[in-house]
Amino acid sequence: MTKLFDAKWKLFLSGAIFGLLAMLLAIMGNPGNMAICITCFVRDMAGAMKLHSAEAVQYFRPEIVGFILGSFLISIATKEYKATAGSSPLIRFLLGMMMMIGALVFLGCPLRMLIRMSAGDLNAYVGLIGFAGGVLTGTFFLKKGFSLGRNYETSRANGYILPILLVFLLILSVTTTLFAVSESGPGSFHAPVAVALTAAIIIGAIAQKNRTCFAGSIRDLALLKDASLISVLGGLFVVMLVYNIATGNFHLSFTGQPIAHAQHLWNILGLYVVGFSAVLAGGCPFRQLILTGQGSCDSAVTFLGMLIGAAIAHNFGLASAAAKAATETDPAVAGGPSIYGKVAVILCIIVLFIIACTQKRRTAK
Amino acid sequence: MNYIEIDVRGLSCPEPVMITMDAMDANKGKSLRVICDEAHTKANIEAMLKHNKHTFETTRTAEGYEIVFQA
Repeated sequence: MTKLFDAKWKLFLSGAIFGLLAMLLAIMGNPGNMAICITCFVRDMAGAMKLHSAEAVQYFRPEIVGFILGSFLISIATKEYKATAGSSPLIRFLLGMMMMIGALVFLGCPLRMLIRMSAGDLNAYVGLIGFAGGVLTGTFFLKKGFSLGRNYETSRANGYILPILLVFLLILSVTTTLFAVSESGPGSFHAPVAVALTAAIIIGAIAQKNRTCFAGSIRDLALLKDASLISVLGGLFVVMLVYNIATGNFHLSFTGQPIAHAQHLWNILGLYVVGFSAVLAGGCPFRQLILTGQGSCDSAVTFLGMLIGAAIAHNFGLASAAAKAATETDPAVAGGPSIYGKVAVILCIIVLFIIACTQKRRTAK
Repeated sequence: MNYIEIDVRGLSCPEPVMITMDAMDANKGKSLRVICDEAHTKANIEAMLKHNKHTFETTRTAEGYEIVFQA
């Protein structure tokens, strides 16, 4: 198993498999340029569980359950599962919240940023500047000795709780009417549950082995001059680019893009928050799910922070509105964050700098 | 053989790799033993050593992994 992803071409290939599965999810019904988006899907789950009441974004996404479950099952099978906890859990909760708020101002996590880039959405290229800037800022503080401290092994059951709870909630969402489901908007577009769950389990299992991380990819390139992790993203991008061109979904423009806005400064700053918080938390939103699956209770806390962050973002109007063209009945909407969203992003950046400056590595040994 | 021990157990990415790199710089030519407890940490350190053309030996222990090499 250790040799499975020991070369860049193998990592590229594993990214291409992610791309094929993302393509499948897009074909089977997931929203425009949102075949996979961790933050959007966690946000939809928060809505389904009525933690927020934004009617357009409520659906219990099987993909989130699948990513965690895939990582959980493969780590148990390959004896890499280890329940750990205790590395600054509440700071990680805050980082998860901020990751979510930043992503919902941009309208997507780094994974959706890449998918939007592959469809020609120039706003995502603008956002990439912010994401890379956030990752490099976090990397600067890592070099200066930033650390959230060590985790420690804990009872195995601690790591079982979230995967089992999510499976239980997924069963409830399929078999009962307890959860909210969008009738229109992004939440109403979804692949069939079995397809979404199966694809996500495969992606989660592969990601547990190939260590996919969007923040880590840029960080490793800057810090270690190592392009291994970014090879995965290359494979995913190429497949989605070919798919988008082949299906006529590729439009190189700032406007007319699905679920996006062209407020450049806020696209940059939103993803700056995501990149910065992801490096401080030791991984991007996707990586947090994979680590949760392999037993990290600290990442599970980060996930819970994301869930609450999504609720806050929608309950208090921090999430951006998507741009819309004029119709016969409605005028055009420029989209972008509200004043509350803008203030929240600035506050997140201030808090991130405070965390980065105050949390130091104790001793190396 | 005497090893300089580097304990990176429980640390988040990429701290284990950074600490190992710092230890390599500070102990050039000496034998190092890195103790880690997560498979992905082991993989990251091994990838860094390969990238820098170091030969190493990894063994599985009760608590995780030990990677030994010459800095």
